[in-house]
Amino acid sequence: MARARDFSVTELPGATLVSMLVFVALYAPILVLIVYSFNAGESVAVWGGLSLDWYRAAWANDQVKEATWVSLKVATGAAVLSTALATMAALGTTRRPAFRGQTFVYVMINQPLMVPEIVTAVALLLVTAAIKKATGYTGLGYLIVAHAAFCIPFAYLPIRARLEGMDLTLETAAADLYASRWQTFRRVTLPLLMPGILAGAMLAFVTSLDDVVITEFIKSPGQDTLPTYMLGQLRRAMKPDVNAISTLLLALTLVLLSAFFLLTRKRK
Amino acid sequence: MKRILGAMALLMSGTAMAHAEGELFLYNWGNYTSPEMIKKFEEKYGVKVTITDFDSNDTALAKVEAGASGFDLVVPSAGFVGIYAEKGLIQKLDLSKLPNHKNIAPEWMNVEWDPGREWSIPWQWGSTGMSVNVKDYSGDINTSDIFMNPPAELVGKINVIPEMGDVMALATMWAGGEVCSEDPAVMKKVRDALLAAKPKWMSMDYSTVEKMINHDYAATVDWNGSAMRARLGNPDVAYGYPKEGYGLWMDNVVLLADAKNVDNAYLFLDFIMEPENAAALSAFARYANGIAGSDAFMPEDMKAAPEIITPAEFADKGHFVTVCTGKALEYQTAIWTELQK
Amino acid sequence: MSPAEEAVRRENIKSAWQLSAPALLVLTVAAVGPLLIVLVYSFLTPGTHGNVEWVFSLEGWRGVLFDHDIFEDKLVLADGNLTIFWRSVKLSFITTVLTFIVGFPTAWFIATRSPASRAGWLFLITIPFWTNLLIRTFAINQIIRNEGVLNTLLLKAGLVSAPLQLTYTDTALLIGMVYVYLPLMVLPLFATIDRFDMRLLEAGYDLYASRWQVLRRVILPIIRPGIVAGSILVFVPCLGAYVTPRILGGGKNMMIGNFIELQFGQGKNWPLGAALSVTLLVIVTIALLVYVKAISGERKNG
Repeated sequence: MARARDFSVTELPGATLVSMLVFVALYAPILVLIVYSFNAGESVAVWGGLSLDWYRAAWANDQVKEATWVSLKVATGAAVLSTALATMAALGTTRRPAFRGQTFVYVMINQPLMVPEIVTAVALLLVTAAIKKATGYTGLGYLIVAHAAFCIPFAYLPIRARLEGMDLTLETAAADLYASRWQTFRRVTLPLLMPGILAGAMLAFVTSLDDVVITEFIKSPGQDTLPTYMLGQLRRAMKPDVNAISTLLLALTLVLLSAFFLLTRKRK
Repeated sequence: MKRILGAMALLMSGTAMAHAEGELFLYNWGNYTSPEMIKKFEEKYGVKVTITDFDSNDTALAKVEAGASGFDLVVPSAGFVGIYAEKGLIQKLDLSKLPNHKNIAPEWMNVEWDPGREWSIPWQWGSTGMSVNVKDYSGDINTSDIFMNPPAELVGKINVIPEMGDVMALATMWAGGEVCSEDPAVMKKVRDALLAAKPKWMSMDYSTVEKMINHDYAATVDWNGSAMRARLGNPDVAYGYPKEGYGLWMDNVVLLADAKNVDNAYLFLDFIMEPENAAALSAFARYANGIAGSDAFMPEDMKAAPEIITPAEFADKGHFVTVCTGKALEYQTAIWTELQK
Repeated sequence: MSPAEEAVRRENIKSAWQLSAPALLVLTVAAVGPLLIVLVYSFLTPGTHGNVEWVFSLEGWRGVLFDHDIFEDKLVLADGNLTIFWRSVKLSFITTVLTFIVGFPTAWFIATRSPASRAGWLFLITIPFWTNLLIRTFAINQIIRNEGVLNTLLLKAGLVSAPLQLTYTDTALLIGMVYVYLPLMVLPLFATIDRFDMRLLEAGYDLYASRWQVLRRVILPIIRPGIVAGSILVFVPCLGAYVTPRILGGGKNMMIGNFIELQFGQGKNWPLGAALSVTLLVIVTIALLVYVKAISGERKNG
């Protein structure tokens, strides 16, 4: 309500212009990728006319379909797990008097950011191989836990940034009204924290989707993700079937999101 | 009679169904396995093949060595076959289970890394040389001078693939040494020449096919299959075999010691030595295979390709890029690091 | 401190640990724990074909700072390592600053939309990142190459007379890095701007502060946690960047990530790779602690 009136107050000169340019720049390569998914040629960079060949090729290529499916499963699992853990850790380490070991927790959580992937990958290879030998389990669990670990800082930092200095009055008020701790958390803290959690979950999701090296080292047979599928082709020519898959994924996302927004708007 | 045939057919389809339980796990370079050939194999034997990709010999070896990799067959390059064997990671092949073993071309039978082919079956082979756009440069392209001492026309438009082993092998042979040279005089010449040449390069990148077709590069160190793909997209691209010596490589299928699906693995190994199937592999990966008689089944555009069929005059200039160790490796890594610092 | 206060404090610390424990457990298993293996490896002898031999050696650590000159038998300072390290730090720093310059207005724009549409804008920021990093990088390359969309547009508009040579320059590399790391800056910034009480701005303007003063005195101090989070998320992963420098920068110069990768790959010197990564980890950790201390100290004083 206040917002409509003080629109000019919240406006920073140039912010709208810059952000529009950012959106254009963000989507320009995406447009290129969509265009090349309809390429008749064999290449992701040489235009050979319009065709649906690569959609057909992708559809017929079990390996690329399987890789897409594995990517989505791992990213969803890792994003949910890491966001839940990061939210708890953020609640535990923010807005409290400093305690002994706080720095330790902070360093631990951010550690995955500081080591080049290859190092964690080699170390994890030995650990997972030992577990695989001992248990015989070769499922997606290894990938999900490993991804969740390096996604934790990506989820934690936005949530913590949101929590820091978040207004305590509402929570205190709730407590004064004899709300239980859990009630206070669910009804007051969590909704206030939601934008941070959403931001963190999205970052975790895309971070997991992009991971190559760690996945390459700990995947079991048949667990190629889209990035490792492409990495394997790096020394050979890339094929546009991955463009076709990516375009389909984008289209699907947009449809789902639009549906989601239309539905929520109607309810209001 | 008809009924008997019908019953037999039913029985056979029944056994095929039983076979369908079978699985096979292949660990290979990406975009290197013909899907059509795999489909044919799966239909013939009812075995489900799962392909998993690797991006380098070193990664593949590290994973297999760590244990419990879950793969049955791996496709390492020539120099790595011996390492797998030495570490006890692969098993000796029972040749009686491989009737098509006789199809291996004579020149690929007694190879230095596996005399008699008791450990490894040929997959694909090729060379590392120069791709040059002949519109930019009309001089001799059969020389490593293209990147070691670039002619003026090419300066600033050359790419070198970021592959230490292949590039160092070319450079060492250019300087008059052997592939894994430990001779300080040779290696000093290699280092000085590379450092002097680098400012004349444009980039060190893998995507040579597109960039040669689009004419972003005028020349590049290249693999022969990529060179052929580039020529098919742009007729001005020609492939040179450096007369100072060029690199040869071959990828081979090996059977892991801890393979779980050994019988299916033998079926597969024998299957790919069938000339028709070997040709299907080549048609997809765009490299030559080592199977005699596969020429008849090769796609037309590969039968006479100068990139695939090495011209006789350069046949003896090719040297296998072995895996260097010790002092030779120390030289290479140090020079490679200094080159890219 | 009264016994009651003491009890509250204890309870507080206990719950802090309880809440952090699950995250710490996963990190210990899948990130920090395996690093101990790497630490051990840095003190071993390289195997002939990669991997390690279980023989104690300090050669890996020696290699971090000193090179055996391969032609003369003496130790020299490894200036190659230092050059590579310095370039990584420099490029990461510039990338961080650029992502902030571009990312702050974007985050502000999103945070000032109506609450209903904010999630939509956020998704718009992240959706491009659902497509694979390699594909995105190739696509950026398609746009900035000499005959690419960007140069065609600039030429048509008469802004340049000859195509800009962007491919394989540091500019191309920076464009790519800013693109890749932008959401890591925008999302944490959004999370802090979003909880910002816009009435403070009104108060500021009521006191006749200029826009610049409001930005500097009111907005920036309040969103500082977001800046801290964002710049850590951009700077640190940037240091280990691998794909973007390869493809957009032309790969002629290594970044620290490529260098360490080389040791675990074709260089077959795992102990040196391990020692280099431990060094990187220690330096980054110290820098991070100093940075966070400085920032939070400033806040207390300010």
